[in-house]
Amino acid sequence: MMLKKTILAATVALTAGAVWAEPQAEVLHWWTSGGEAKSVAVLMEEFAGRGGTWTDMPVAGGGGDAAMTALRARVLSGNAPTAVQLKGPAIQEWYEEGVLANINAVGVEQNWDELLPTAIADHMKCDGEYCAAPVNVHRVNWMWGNAQVLADAGLEMPTTWAEFNAAAEKLQGMGITPLAHGGQAWQDATMFESIAVGLGGAEFFQAAFVDLDEATLTSDTMVAVFDQLRTLRGFVDDDFSGRDWNLATAMVMNGEAAFQIMGDWAKGEFMAAGLEPGKDFLCAPTPGGGYLYNVDSFAMFSVEGDDKIAGQNLLAELIMGENFQEVFNLNKGSIPARLDVALDSFDYCARRSGYDMDVASGNGSLMPSYAHGMALRGAQAGAITDTVTAFFNSDMSSADAVAALATAVKNSM
Amino acid sequence: MTDTSTQRTGDFKNALLRAGLYAMLILFALYYLMPLFVMLVTSLKSLDEIRTGSLLGLPRDVDFSAWGKAWSGACTGVQCEGLRPYFWNSVLIAVPAVLISTFLGAMNGYVISQWHFKGSNMIFALLLFGCFIPFQVILLPMAIMLGKMKIAGTISGLIFVHVIYGLGFTTLFFRNYYITIPVELVKAAKVDGAGFFRIFWSIFVPLSAPIVVVTVIWQFTQIWNDFLFGVSFSQAGTQPITVALNNIVNSTTGVKEYNVDMAAAIIAALPTLLVYVVAGKYFIRGLTAGSVKG
Amino acid sequence: MEWLQRHMPKMVLAPSFFAVLLFVYGFIAWTAYVSFTRSRLLPKYEIEGVIQYERLFESPRWEVAITNLAIFGILFIGIAMILGLLLAILLDQKIRTEGALRTIYLYPMALSFIVTGTAWKWILNPGLGIEAVVKDMGWESFEFDWLTDPDMAIYTVVIAGVWQSSGFVMALFLAGLRSVDEEIIRAAMVDGVSTARIYRSIIIPSMAPIFMSALIVLSHLAIKSFDLVIALTGGGPGYATDLPATYMYAMAFSRGDLGQAASSATVMMMVVVAIIVPYLYSELRTRRD
Repeated sequence: MMLKKTILAATVALTAGAVWAEPQAEVLHWWTSGGEAKSVAVLMEEFAGRGGTWTDMPVAGGGGDAAMTALRARVLSGNAPTAVQLKGPAIQEWYEEGVLANINAVGVEQNWDELLPTAIADHMKCDGEYCAAPVNVHRVNWMWGNAQVLADAGLEMPTTWAEFNAAAEKLQGMGITPLAHGGQAWQDATMFESIAVGLGGAEFFQAAFVDLDEATLTSDTMVAVFDQLRTLRGFVDDDFSGRDWNLATAMVMNGEAAFQIMGDWAKGEFMAAGLEPGKDFLCAPTPGGGYLYNVDSFAMFSVEGDDKIAGQNLLAELIMGENFQEVFNLNKGSIPARLDVALDSFDYCARRSGYDMDVASGNGSLMPSYAHGMALRGAQAGAITDTVTAFFNSDMSSADAVAALATAVKNSM
Repeated sequence: MTDTSTQRTGDFKNALLRAGLYAMLILFALYYLMPLFVMLVTSLKSLDEIRTGSLLGLPRDVDFSAWGKAWSGACTGVQCEGLRPYFWNSVLIAVPAVLISTFLGAMNGYVISQWHFKGSNMIFALLLFGCFIPFQVILLPMAIMLGKMKIAGTISGLIFVHVIYGLGFTTLFFRNYYITIPVELVKAAKVDGAGFFRIFWSIFVPLSAPIVVVTVIWQFTQIWNDFLFGVSFSQAGTQPITVALNNIVNSTTGVKEYNVDMAAAIIAALPTLLVYVVAGKYFIRGLTAGSVKG
Repeated sequence: MEWLQRHMPKMVLAPSFFAVLLFVYGFIAWTAYVSFTRSRLLPKYEIEGVIQYERLFESPRWEVAITNLAIFGILFIGIAMILGLLLAILLDQKIRTEGALRTIYLYPMALSFIVTGTAWKWILNPGLGIEAVVKDMGWESFEFDWLTDPDMAIYTVVIAGVWQSSGFVMALFLAGLRSVDEEIIRAAMVDGVSTARIYRSIIIPSMAPIFMSALIVLSHLAIKSFDLVIALTGGGPGYATDLPATYMYAMAFSRGDLGQAASSATVMMMVVVAIIVPYLYSELRTRRD
C-alpha cells in the first residue's frame, strides 16, 4: 500500500513538473561586442518575459573557433549546452553525430515553411525536420564606397568587374587606395567568392562551391576568377596583411581608400561613426551581382530535463518571432530571416538587401556563402580558403592555383 | 655573488665598460617595456585618438574611462559587467591548484632526489616528458574523462586538470633543488631513527622557501593565464578571467574598443604582475641551487 | 609498519606516476588511435588505416608548419637562451638598479598573449608601428615589414616569443651564476685568470642543471606556442606562420577534422620524442648528483 502511494505521488510530481517546467536555457554564442550583445539581450529579455531563465555562455573569437572548442569539450563530457550558435552545414554535421534535439513541433506549429525562403529553411532542417532556428540573413557580397571620394573622381559604384578595374586604375592615379582590405584568410575568401559569383553567376557558384564539381573547379571561369583576384591584389595598399576588417572599413570612412568588399556588418561601423548610407557612404552588390547569404542560427542540442526542453522550444519560438527578428536585425545590420517582417524602419542598404533576397530566392540565385561556412563543411571550406589565401599572399599563377584548389578539395574529403 | 667585475684594469676602461654595460641593459629594458608602454598609453586614450594618432604617442587627454569599463562595464556576452565577476573564479581555480601541485611536486622531488629506488629516475623522466605535451592533444580525451568523473564544467574539474599538467614542472623544480642537498643528511637522520615524513618536515621543508617561491610563481603564471583549459572545461558561472578577457578583446563582427581591450588585459595581468614584483627577489634566491652549506 | 616505511617513497610517487600514465600517455595513445580513424567532428573508433597520414603529408600547409617549427624552435630556444644568459651575466655585475631591471625583464611572462599579441601586432605593423615611427622621424627609406612578408613573418613570431620568455631564462641563469662556489672563483682570480675565461671555464659549465631546466622550459613554450601565433599573425600571411600546434587546433576545432588533428599531433609528438628523449637520457644518466 505504501509503495503504491509513493509511486502515485512520484508520478504526480513528475507530471506536474513536466507541465509546469520553467524554461531553462544555457546558450553558447560568440556575440560579445557592444552592438551584438545588445542584440542578444533582446532575446534574453523576451525569454525572461515568458518565465524563462537564460544562462549566458559566451566565448568570443575567430568567428566561433573558441566556441566550437568549448562545444566539443562540453558534448564529449556529456554536458552539452541547451542552445548553440551554429550555422550552415555544421548543423547537419552535429546532427550526424547524434547530439541534436528536434524542434520540429515548434516549426510546424509556427508555420516556418511559409515564413522562410526555401534555401534557408533547408539549412535549419535535419533529415527534413527542424533542428535550428534562424536569426538573421547577412549579405556577404556587398561593396562599400566613400561617397565623397567617388564623387570627386567622377565615378559611380561599378556594376561589372571590368568597370571596377577601370575605376580602380583611375583612383590609383589620383593617389587613393582603390580597395581597402584586411589580409586575413576569411577576408581573402570573402573577396574571392564575391568575384566568383559575379563573374560566373549563381550556377557556376553552385557547381563549384556547393557541389564541389571538379570540372567546374578547374574550368576557365575559375582561372578568370583567380585572375581577377590577382588584379585586386594590385589594388590594395602594402600594409594589408593581418589587418582587421574594421580597420579596413575605417580607411574607406576617412577617404584613404575608395572601396571595401565586406558583408553587411560593415554598415554597423559606418553608422557607429555617424555616417549616413546613400549620403556619406554608398552600398551596392559587388560587381556582377549575385546574393551570397550568411545565416546565423541557434541549434538545439540533445539535453535532459523538461525545463531545458521547454527552454529550447520557447527559444525557437521567440527567435522566429516578429519582434525579435526586427529588433535584433536593426541592431546588428543584417535583415530578418522571416520574409514577412516589414523593413520600413531599416536603412536603405538593408531594404535593398531584403528586396534583392526576395528576387534571388524567386529565381534560384540565392547562394550560401562558402567563406562564412554556409555552403560547405569545415574541412572543405578550409581547404579552399588555404589555397585562396596562399594565392593572394604569393605570386602563384592562376593556373597553379586552380590545380592546387582541386587537389586541396580532394584531399580534404 | 660573483666578484669578477672588480678587476682593476684601468679606471678609464672600467668606466667605459660600466657605461657600456648600463647602456646595453637600458636598451634591452626598452625592448621589454615597449609593448607595455603601448598598452598603457592606448588604454588612456579615447577611441578617436587611437584611430588618428600615433602608436607610441602619449595621450592628449588622459582618459580613465576605459579602465572602469574594463573592470565593470565591458560586454563579455549578454552581460556587460566587465572582468569583475570572473576574477573570483580565477582565484578559486588558481590558488588551490598552485598549492596542491606545489605540494605534490615537493613530495615527488624529495622522493626522486633522496630516496632513489630502481626505476625512480625512469619515473622522473616519464613525469618530465609530460611537460612537452601540447594541451590541444589532451583536450578532447580529458573532456571525456571529466565527464565520466562527473566534474566537467566545475571549478574542481579545472583545478584537477591544472594539477595533473603541472606535476611535471613542479617535480622538476623541486628535484633539481633537493638533489643538491647532501645524501649524508638523510642518512644521518635515518640513523637517528627519523622516518620518511619526519625527515621531510624537519629537514627539507625549512630549506624549501626559495624553491617554493619559484614553483609558485611559475605555476601561478601558467594557471592564471591559461585560456584553453579554461574555455573548454568550464561553463557559465565557472569561467575564468582569461575567457572573459578573450570575449572582450576578440569579438569578431563588432566595433573594437582598443582602449578597453588594453585596460582589460592589464587588469587581468595584475595578480601575476604583483606576484612577480613582490616575490622577484625571492625568485632569484630560490633558484640558487647549492646554497646549502654544511 | 616496517614494510610501509620501506615502500613509502614508492607510494608517495605512485599517485603522480599513475596520473601521468593515464592523463599523458594514455591520452597520447588515444590520440594515436584516433589518427587511424576517419574522425570528423567528434571521435570515431573504427580503424581506417593510414589515410590521415597520407593526407597530412600531401598538405602544403603541414609542410609549412613543420618547417616553421624547426625555424621557430631553433631560433626561439637559441636566442632566448643566449639573451637570457647574456642578461644574467650583465645583471650579475653588481648593478645598482638590479631589482628594477630584473622585474622589467621578467614581467612579460606575466602577461597573457591574448592582448600583448595585439600590442606586438601594432608595433611590428609597417603602417602603424616601428616602420611608421622611424619614417616619421625622418628616415624615409627605413623598412621593417617582416610581419606582412610571408617569408619573414615567422621571424616576428621569434621576436615576440623571445620577448615573452627570455626574462624567465635570465632569472634561471642569474640564480645559477650566483650559486657557483665563491672559493673556486677567488682561487682562479688569484691565479690571474681573466674574467671571460672564468665565465667560460668555471661558471658556465657548472650550470648544467640550470641549462637543462631552461631548455625544458623553452622547449615546452616553443611547442605550446599557440596563443603567440594566433594573436600576432593569425597564422598568416596566408598560412606562412602556421605551426603544428595551430594546424592541429584548426583541424580539430575549426574544420571538424579530428582525424587530421590527431595525425598531426602524433607526428609532432614523435618529433618531440626524437629530440627530447635522447637529451633526457644523457642528462639523467650521467648526473647522479
